[in-house]
Amino acid sequence: MSGSQSREVYDLTVIGAGVSGAAVARRLSMYDIKVALLEKETDVSFGTSKANSGIIHGGFHHDPTLLKARLELQGNLMFDQLQRELHFPFARCGILVAAMNEEEMKTVQYLYDRGRRNGAIGIELCSRERILDLEPKLTSDVVGGLYAPGGGIIEPYRFVFALVESAQHNGVRLITNFEVHRAEYKEGLFELQSKKGDRVYSRYVVNAAGLYADEVSKLFAAEEYTITPRKGEYYLLDRMTKACPGKVLFPVPNSVSKGMLVIPTVEGTVLVGPTAEDIHEKDDLSTSSTKLKAIFDSARQMIPKVSTKDVITAFSGLRPALPGGDFYIEASKKVPHFIHVAGIQSPGLTAAPAIAEYVKDILKEEGLTLQERSDYDPNVNAVPRIRNKNSYDIDKLIKENPAYGNIVCRCENISEAEIVEAVRRGHDTLDGIKFFTRSGMGRCQGGFCTGKIIEIIMRETGKSYSEITKRGKESTVIWRSLCEQNK
Amino acid sequence: MNPNKNTKEMICIVCPVGCHLQVTVDNDEVKVTGNRCPRGEEYAREEILAPKRVVTATCRLENEQHPRLPVKTDAPLPFEHINELLDRVYELSLPTPIKTGDILIEDFKGTGVNLVASRSIE
Amino acid sequence: MRTEQIDTLVIGGGAAGMSAAATVSAAGFTTALVEREDELGGVLLQCIHNGFGLHEFKEELTGPEYAERWVRNIESSEVKVFCGTTIMEMSLLEDGRKECFGYSPEYGVLKFVTKTVVLAMGCRERNRGNVMIPGTRPAGVYTAGLAQRLVNMNGYIPGKDVVIVGSGDIGLIMARRMQWVGSTVHAVVEIQPYPSGLTRNISQCLNDFKIPLYLSHVVSKIYGKERVEAVDITPLENGVPNHDKTFQITCDTLLLSVGLIPENELSKQVGIELNSLTNGPTVDSMLMTSIEGVFSAGNVLHVHDLVDFVSAEARLAGENVIEYLKGKRPERELSIKPGANIRYVNPTRINPDAESDIYMRPLVVSNNARIQLQVNGEVVKRQKKPHVQPSEMIKLKITPKIFQDIEITPDSKVEVTLQDEP
Repeated sequence: MSGSQSREVYDLTVIGAGVSGAAVARRLSMYDIKVALLEKETDVSFGTSKANSGIIHGGFHHDPTLLKARLELQGNLMFDQLQRELHFPFARCGILVAAMNEEEMKTVQYLYDRGRRNGAIGIELCSRERILDLEPKLTSDVVGGLYAPGGGIIEPYRFVFALVESAQHNGVRLITNFEVHRAEYKEGLFELQSKKGDRVYSRYVVNAAGLYADEVSKLFAAEEYTITPRKGEYYLLDRMTKACPGKVLFPVPNSVSKGMLVIPTVEGTVLVGPTAEDIHEKDDLSTSSTKLKAIFDSARQMIPKVSTKDVITAFSGLRPALPGGDFYIEASKKVPHFIHVAGIQSPGLTAAPAIAEYVKDILKEEGLTLQERSDYDPNVNAVPRIRNKNSYDIDKLIKENPAYGNIVCRCENISEAEIVEAVRRGHDTLDGIKFFTRSGMGRCQGGFCTGKIIEIIMRETGKSYSEITKRGKESTVIWRSLCEQNK
Repeated sequence: MNPNKNTKEMICIVCPVGCHLQVTVDNDEVKVTGNRCPRGEEYAREEILAPKRVVTATCRLENEQHPRLPVKTDAPLPFEHINELLDRVYELSLPTPIKTGDILIEDFKGTGVNLVASRSIE
Repeated sequence: MRTEQIDTLVIGGGAAGMSAAATVSAAGFTTALVEREDELGGVLLQCIHNGFGLHEFKEELTGPEYAERWVRNIESSEVKVFCGTTIMEMSLLEDGRKECFGYSPEYGVLKFVTKTVVLAMGCRERNRGNVMIPGTRPAGVYTAGLAQRLVNMNGYIPGKDVVIVGSGDIGLIMARRMQWVGSTVHAVVEIQPYPSGLTRNISQCLNDFKIPLYLSHVVSKIYGKERVEAVDITPLENGVPNHDKTFQITCDTLLLSVGLIPENELSKQVGIELNSLTNGPTVDSMLMTSIEGVFSAGNVLHVHDLVDFVSAEARLAGENVIEYLKGKRPERELSIKPGANIRYVNPTRINPDAESDIYMRPLVVSNNARIQLQVNGEVVKRQKKPHVQPSEMIKLKITPKIFQDIEITPDSKVEVTLQDEP
């Protein structure tokens, strides 16, 4: 899945296989055009799309004049259909905003009105009784709040993996380990050159490069802007925690961010966070102990039972922030056939399917002829996963494929067959397998399964131990093998 | 901790108590203090004059399910020979079957210490 | 679906499981032993160092040798062994029996309908998330046990320049092992002011290789984009990190030996009550959990340091399973609590009419200690211990003779205490 053939010309190349790029690629795969999806990392969804809150937003956080508000609601409504086609974990569990005093209730009222204007379905204002009824784990200090039943939660990387698979299934060419290094527009064609010297030619380009969209834009001599990485730190709590709410809990937002939340993930664990801190380095994903208190204090204000004892791990994500805070999705005025999809912060995940529609329309306006393919298939094959099945169904599965009976990850109930399938679908790094299967995300954090997963990757790909990485490039996990040399 | 170039401090490893010993070498005589039992004295003497350790390691097995065989020395080996033994161990490549106790390297460097298999593999 | 109807299901084929299964089976009860790996032995198979078996076999054995003795016992017994099988579900049937589902590539899903269960699943390691070391998340961070498995079972050396967090025995053993495979261990960092492992291991594993041990220090940050590049080490002063004195060590590997947690997810799933002092099930004088007929022994009950004690405890559990299957129950039980300088006692109930062992951990280090068993303040048993430390479990024998001359009622206060010998 790396490198490209000489002089293969695409109608459209999407730069960046995060949620925006993947959604665009899939949407455009419905047409009779040649599409390439470029990704600088070893696997897709390795940027912001793997480290975020995983929330499908409820349509009340942003003013309707903003593009992101319109795309948020439109995107939200598309998720049921998408789940049926793509089988990623999604639950429309509902979102609550909890107010702790009358001042905050005023803000909630404002959010409610805005939600109504945006067209958020079923949004309601809650009394104290109503909100406690909706979420019994909330502190009894709550005075009321907002309920958006249209809000939900997904596993964002599973969504992106599925979008990319679907795109590939419909002819999109995924090229990983391709970091655009140089770009030139000559005679109606873009020539994109990777750091390694591979070349891709394309009539149209969509820049969905996330944190690096500003740098990519510069490479193409298009509009100049600056993306500021805005770090969000999270803590992940054990699925056995007593503090797991049934709905996504927001505090009343402040001017910078939506606040620090308590999020029940689809898979049963709990996320607390994120913080919001502008930083300089686009690859600074470090976590620090100084944020712990703030995150847990905020979480405990809503759910008193939240405890640091339940922490499994901490991680950070970086939002690609643009001044003004709205999405920048426009055809370039400087460079023909070049579309910006930049500044996709929250509610980027929610809006992604709608972003894809919007970009499709822009491409059409820019002259890309879009003829629907007769053989477009929106569905991907779901991987049977034992965690979702009962013992009788699993018995049948194992008899068809014994690898389903070998439990590799006991914490999350993942069988060897699922790991093998992940590798066969192109996820051959420890993190790629982790995001595709959940193996390594549980309470032992890979303590038991890592050895077995390394063996499976080697067996399935023929790679040697020195080529096994955590997430590609130099993130190797084994230095030497005693079996292959003298000391 | 007294600066006396002939005195060495060490911790006895014979039993879990771990007495802190002071060992002085005076010409050919070894004097030990701090031990709570005679085994400590013996350990200190040996440790000063001729330290030895049991070495445990693994070597290559020509077996798909079990690529490594745990091995050990059947008696403590003089310190100065340990690295060479390890080099030899890592050069070994053995076919199965193997039984616990099988001698893999006999009388290493004339010390009378053998390297033996620590596990049986079919 | 293949169903096995048995008297006893032992979950976990390590030291505890093998001992319990052999014991119950020898008394003629149908016993199944289920192990998720492809062979019996548990974590012993990767513990290639010696020091095992001094009590149980009166010999000093390596982990694999110790395991092999028990595997031979099992092979020559009537125990039905199911390897490569993972118990995923347990539920209680109306007639009091338990129904457990195990997944196996060979058999599909196996249903075990059993009168009794012995939980012997062992423990898992604390990891970076549990101790919350800040910094980046590069490749090169492993728990010591994972590194041990990779090195000893696969022959894969995780890295070249190592820093180890935690001076417990696993960390110390791995310090030596890494040096012996050609890596360099630059430091062992211990948060407490004293090392948690055996002194002999400090000598054999650190001093022999001149590896510095930093007591009262923590790893305060991990650096590295793709792979670990360095760590910050900070001293604690009065328990608080003094960041002005932080220093950095260049390394590519961090091994974490920061504690073990009994693996009780299955127990929690079925609603077994856990003891917060041990993270294992609360058990009575029969080592029976809060669910009738479900027993527990070994590391899943409380983290041990000597495998010989694991085998002994599991044998005891097995003997109690036999009594239970014969319909016998203790006539009376007393609650036993940790007293002065004792962190916890297991089990938390004792049978004054039977001979048994109780296990405990001290809170302090002492080279001249006295353990006392007291009933309502009266000392009924004392035992001298030349050396105690928190990382070494203590076993104490209880016999009916101890309670002969005193009056006991269900409310009698029984306590174990530890003091320095006067």
